[in-house]
Amino acid sequence: MPAPAASGNRRTIALGAALVLLALFPLAGATFYTELVTKVMILAIFALSLDLLVGYSGLVSFGHAAFYGVGAYALGLLAPKYEAANLWLTLPAAIASAALCALVVGAFVVRVKGIYFIMVTLAFAQMFYFVFHDTRFGRGSDGISMNFKPVAAIGGFTPFDLANATHVYYFVLAAMLLVFLFLRVVLNSAFGRALQGIRSNEHRMRSLGFPVYWYKLASFTLAGALAGLAGYLSALQFGFVNPELLSWHQSGNVLLMLILGGIGSLYGAVAGAFVFVALQEIYSSVTTHWQLLLGATIVLLVVFLPGGLASIAGLFKRAVVGDPDDE
Amino acid sequence: MDIYSFLIQFLNGIQYGLLLFLVASGLTLIFGIMGIINLAHGSFYMIGAYMAFSLSALTGNLFVAIVVGIVLSVVLGVFLEWALFSHLYKRDHLEQVLLTYGLILVFEELRSLIVGNDVHGVAVPAVFNWSIPLTETLSYPVYRLFMSAVCVALAVLLYLLIARTRIGMMIRAGASNREMVQSLGLNINLVYRLVFALGVALAAFAGMLAAPVSSVYPGMGTGVLIICFVVVVIGGIGSIWGALVASLLIGLADTFGKVLIPQAAGVTVYLLMAVILLWRPEGLFRRV
Repeated sequence: MPAPAASGNRRTIALGAALVLLALFPLAGATFYTELVTKVMILAIFALSLDLLVGYSGLVSFGHAAFYGVGAYALGLLAPKYEAANLWLTLPAAIASAALCALVVGAFVVRVKGIYFIMVTLAFAQMFYFVFHDTRFGRGSDGISMNFKPVAAIGGFTPFDLANATHVYYFVLAAMLLVFLFLRVVLNSAFGRALQGIRSNEHRMRSLGFPVYWYKLASFTLAGALAGLAGYLSALQFGFVNPELLSWHQSGNVLLMLILGGIGSLYGAVAGAFVFVALQEIYSSVTTHWQLLLGATIVLLVVFLPGGLASIAGLFKRAVVGDPDDE
Repeated sequence: MDIYSFLIQFLNGIQYGLLLFLVASGLTLIFGIMGIINLAHGSFYMIGAYMAFSLSALTGNLFVAIVVGIVLSVVLGVFLEWALFSHLYKRDHLEQVLLTYGLILVFEELRSLIVGNDVHGVAVPAVFNWSIPLTETLSYPVYRLFMSAVCVALAVLLYLLIARTRIGMMIRAGASNREMVQSLGLNINLVYRLVFALGVALAAFAGMLAAPVSSVYPGMGTGVLIICFVVVVIGGIGSIWGALVASLLIGLADTFGKVLIPQAAGVTVYLLMAVILLWRPEGLFRRV
């Protein structure tokens, strides 16, 4: 192990390099890859939001896609048919709807623990899926196509153009950095420390007088709100929403991103999103049955890396951002 | 709703619930005894249904297909326990979720490679392909009654197996104290392998039995899996009796929900789960 100070330096350098690379990436002019990386960064926000639950609150949710979907559908449903929606109105509305749904679902699910929690979150997410899939309100399995991209107009002033892929890229990059920094602040606050205390020893926190239920509910709501932000950005990028956004595959994939990047590390959540999409792209270039390869990869990873997937995640992180033990 | 329509819906609800019980009992046994959350359990139901389709096309007889299918699913269960699930006993739930999630992807893609993505029907066997007339316009298909009867018989057998036999005693002992069973010289790994194979066979059998009624289609496994999670949450994890009561409850709630409030059809069972969670977070029945 390198000395802490040295590894801290290496980490700063690696992070700075990654950030510069991300900031300069669209200048390469490859639109396909600019859009792909935009998609990855949206997934990274989604993974970050889940990391707050799985990595820091000890709540393994298998239904996180519900809130991603609610955020996306908020834009789809709020967007007028014949004109562009306003970003500054629809974005807060999307985050608020996702937060509200997470608050209601959370009030039920954080009452239970462990394996129950996994099953109950999956079941509630499926309920949301049915709401959008089966009712007139959600417009059925085809979802909603939006004719116009939202505009970022404040009065008469439009700072950036969301119909432009490069502008969307930087908007999403900024959102990802904000979410990252926000979660950092939250996790280092008294609230974040208490959550991590609950994760490691719930009974002790309870006997210390912490209202564990409310802490968990707050964490669940916050994670849902951030997932809603990611969902909104996804709807913005692709211009349509459908019930697949809320499918349990989506929830499974985002958990997989966390595992790939290393649970309980904000850098890991971002790295995991990149690794996941890279795997997806590589496998789907080999065969249309790429899910077979993805599934087999997951199974082999779990079986042949006892002691946790964090071991490869650790190697990976060490290679990319330096010392893994810091988070 | 007149009395005959009510009767029909009631029988449908019971039949659906009993079918769910076959899948959910395996799920809850595997969790209660082996401590494993198995997301791939719904895949075994799907595999069963596709076996019924392929094997009955091959042999021309659903009953032959079911017998062959049961043998194959026991083999599959023993193989999977040996190759994969035996690695999971000491791992945390997250790793179990991941491995079994990976398995679902593998099974679904293999299904798509081997049989394709089309929806298939399976013919109701000729013996049961008639209906009992109730009124001039309403009648009830005998095959559904046959399904319910088979499920009830299996539930009774399962009860006898667990409560009255030596193997059942080992299973119950393994569920309450793994180390003690091992130090008494019993082969706990064998018990686990048996329980897992039993769970796989029950789920696959449910799929085979349901194939003529529900048709055979991609994604049928996960639909059943999630409903079975609801069953297990309501019934209480590890409780077979709870699984039975919850299955019937869900079967009836879903069937009558579809008839009485069609707008909220997909949502009824989840709302039921929410109510139970408020009332009894640990489920209706603690584990046996």
